[in-house]
Amino acid sequence: MILDAKIPSGAIQNKWDQYRAEMKLVNPANKRKYKILVVGTGLAGASAAASFGELGYNVETFTYNDSPRRAHSIAAQGGINAAKNYQNDGDSIYRLFYDTVKGGDFRSREANIYRLAQVSNNIIDQCVAQGVPFAREYGGYLSNRSFGGAQVSRTFYARGQTGQQLLLGAYSALSRQIGAKTVKSHVRKEMLDIVIINGQARGIITRDLTNGKIESHWGDAVCLATGGYGNVFFLSTNAQACNVTATYRAYKKGALFANPCFTQIHPTCIPVSGDHQSKLTLMSESLRNDGRIWVPKNRDDKRPPNQIPEDDRDYYLERKYPSFGNLSPRDISSRAAKEVCDDGRGVSNTGYGVYLDFSDAINRLGRSVIEERYGNLFEMYERIVGTDPYKEPMMIYPASHYTMGGLWVDYNLMSTIPGLHVLGEANFSDHGANRLGASALMQGLADGYFVIPYTIGHYFASNKFDKVTTDHPEFKKAEEEAREKINKILSLKGKKTPTAFHRELGKVMWDKVGMGRNEDGLKEALQLIPQIREEFWQNLTVTGTNEDLNIVLEKALRVADFLEFAEVLAWDALERRESCGAHFREEFQYPDGEAKRDDENFTHVAAWEYTGVGNKPVRHQEELVFENVKLAVRSYK
Amino acid sequence: MKLTLKIWRQKNFNDKGGFVDYTLNDVSEDMSFLEMLDVLNESLIIEGKEPIAFDHDCREGICGACSLLINGVPHGPEKATTTCQLHMRKFKDGQTIWVEPFRSKAFPVIKDLVVDRSAFDRIMQVGGFVAVNTGSSPDANATPIPKKNAELAMDAAACIGCGACVAACPNGAAMLFVSAKISQLALLPQGQAERKKRALDMVKQMDDEGFGYCSNYYECEAACPKSVSVRFIAMLNREYLNATMLK
Repeated sequence: MILDAKIPSGAIQNKWDQYRAEMKLVNPANKRKYKILVVGTGLAGASAAASFGELGYNVETFTYNDSPRRAHSIAAQGGINAAKNYQNDGDSIYRLFYDTVKGGDFRSREANIYRLAQVSNNIIDQCVAQGVPFAREYGGYLSNRSFGGAQVSRTFYARGQTGQQLLLGAYSALSRQIGAKTVKSHVRKEMLDIVIINGQARGIITRDLTNGKIESHWGDAVCLATGGYGNVFFLSTNAQACNVTATYRAYKKGALFANPCFTQIHPTCIPVSGDHQSKLTLMSESLRNDGRIWVPKNRDDKRPPNQIPEDDRDYYLERKYPSFGNLSPRDISSRAAKEVCDDGRGVSNTGYGVYLDFSDAINRLGRSVIEERYGNLFEMYERIVGTDPYKEPMMIYPASHYTMGGLWVDYNLMSTIPGLHVLGEANFSDHGANRLGASALMQGLADGYFVIPYTIGHYFASNKFDKVTTDHPEFKKAEEEAREKINKILSLKGKKTPTAFHRELGKVMWDKVGMGRNEDGLKEALQLIPQIREEFWQNLTVTGTNEDLNIVLEKALRVADFLEFAEVLAWDALERRESCGAHFREEFQYPDGEAKRDDENFTHVAAWEYTGVGNKPVRHQEELVFENVKLAVRSYK
Repeated sequence: MKLTLKIWRQKNFNDKGGFVDYTLNDVSEDMSFLEMLDVLNESLIIEGKEPIAFDHDCREGICGACSLLINGVPHGPEKATTTCQLHMRKFKDGQTIWVEPFRSKAFPVIKDLVVDRSAFDRIMQVGGFVAVNTGSSPDANATPIPKKNAELAMDAAACIGCGACVAACPNGAAMLFVSAKISQLALLPQGQAERKKRALDMVKQMDDEGFGYCSNYYECEAACPKSVSVRFIAMLNREYLNATMLK
């Protein structure tokens, strides 16, 4: 299979504008003749659906939550990047492009990233126009702060709840379209499969979570905006229901899955306190603007933090990476935290924690300034841990947070299945091997507001679509398959709950396919995952029936997909014999512990093709060409 | 800790429902309320019994999905804390805890502790927005907004749409929820063009959904996990009055 990214020709700063000038359009009066299905209503899904509705398309949105506003984009905290250069500190579209390419450790597509940087400014304009209450200076103009991997202050924010405000902006635009009846909103419905007719994605199958009904929905195109698969590690910063099902089922139907091993571990999350833990709570990267990270210099120093004098503290990020210090990118900061904890100098009762200390900033700026910048985050920490971060340092530790990998898409955000488009975290495209802070919000909205509304029009205008109804045999077949799988799960009379299997899988993934990977560990994971999966299909216990709100059945279906997908992730980690970004192979590192890339052999995207459950998938490559940014060792020293 | 939970179970909307007793030993103080229910559910599943259904997702207090009435108070005893952020260190060994769904005619029960809050979405659909199509916007800094207004708008915008205000109100009013969005947009220049229409349309939808009327109890503000202030209800009342009086 040839992976054609369909990157337009020409100088990078002109590609997108030229492409839009030349692309085919759908006449305004004809748009209502097309129906688009959007699965997932987070930043990417809601913004896309709203934009489609405004343009005049017929849209149907689907979410498994009770309302589109509950998508996990709501929890994003710190901010959204844009190349406005309002701070006059040297930012530009080119610099945002460059920082993102470098931050991704040179494993992403230049053209996609340049476009991202270009439309970043439009995103801020749109959000302000929607009434998103970004932080402002006294003169009435927008405030900015810095995020990891950048030496400019380009991040726009709304306290520590930027994701919430951006999502509510998109949700309000979506609500307007639902009220205008251009969009039909389905809630508490989970996508179980996509339907392909004559080689085009023409619909989906959903399960109604309140009564188990399996339904078919037809469309002229399908957009998946279903988020990331961080929950494959069981504990992550994702919401409880976040899962890989939608993208994984598309993969099983022929959509290639790209770079699944590029999983981001976020350096500042609240550490695990016990077995009962259901998730790891994120403490925004923005805190690293003002917080300083340290551990005791001495392994035996068990004094409370406020009693340890400066000279006995190791501010290890400032020591190792002087130019970026506490604002080093996430992959580097996470590995550094793991290093000091493995060295026995970690804090917290498990030994897996480091301090994030605000005392200097509070002394310098005063408590009220810190409160204004991060108020809700400090409160959140206190509720969960029971200590006051204004008085003692926070304890934090890395946790699974974001997934750079996802379904492969071309420049039009279309997967290898014609008509199946993938947006936001669910696709692989823009972040390479490591995502910089504040760019997920940027990418989700870029895809939804400013890319897909154009490229989907080009798809419609360039192709013919037979009329299709849900009576088509392909829909019936997919419905039958879904029912069969559900019946099979309900028939299992074992002893272990879906959560128990999920936890077991998560432990294998975290230990062997987590922050530090090696050949033996990965091969072991590839043995263990099928074993857990086999036991699942024999020893699972599920209560209740399908015809009801059944939380156990819901969970079982999601875990079943994780148990297959985890293998694809592990294969990808094994076959990428280099370290880059968030993917760290212990065998490939420099003497000082930094990631060692193999540009000669691995400057490509690995896109995997399904060949059957338990079979090694086929690895395709999309070569990455860097014409505008010179490949260099990625240093933040 | 040892705790006795009295949890509302209801098969579906038409089932009468009732409280069922559950005794839990070994509840850790570091557990969140929902993690405690998870542990209970795991043991129920192993025993072949149906686990307790409840809405939840982010477990961080921001999505608004979790919605339990704990000892009669929406989200439980802690101020400005959602159900999912409530930790068991706030309870005492040997305590009895009553757990119910949010009670409101406008929030029909689906099953156990899960209710249907789509009334909130329908209110948003008639006016909780600025009618600006994608791409139609001026430069973000074209219109300065006084910091004070931006901060106050953010206070209003912090509403997570959980419905605790409705569940707390003796009249079952949704005024705090509706006032939060109306106030946010009334405070910002971007919301000015539709200010009157928004107030009229959203209040009408609120009434049509079957929510009660406001008689200034202020239970809503007390129960709100995001500390949304009743001053926004005052703002909503003024917006509505202006909209009806000054056509």
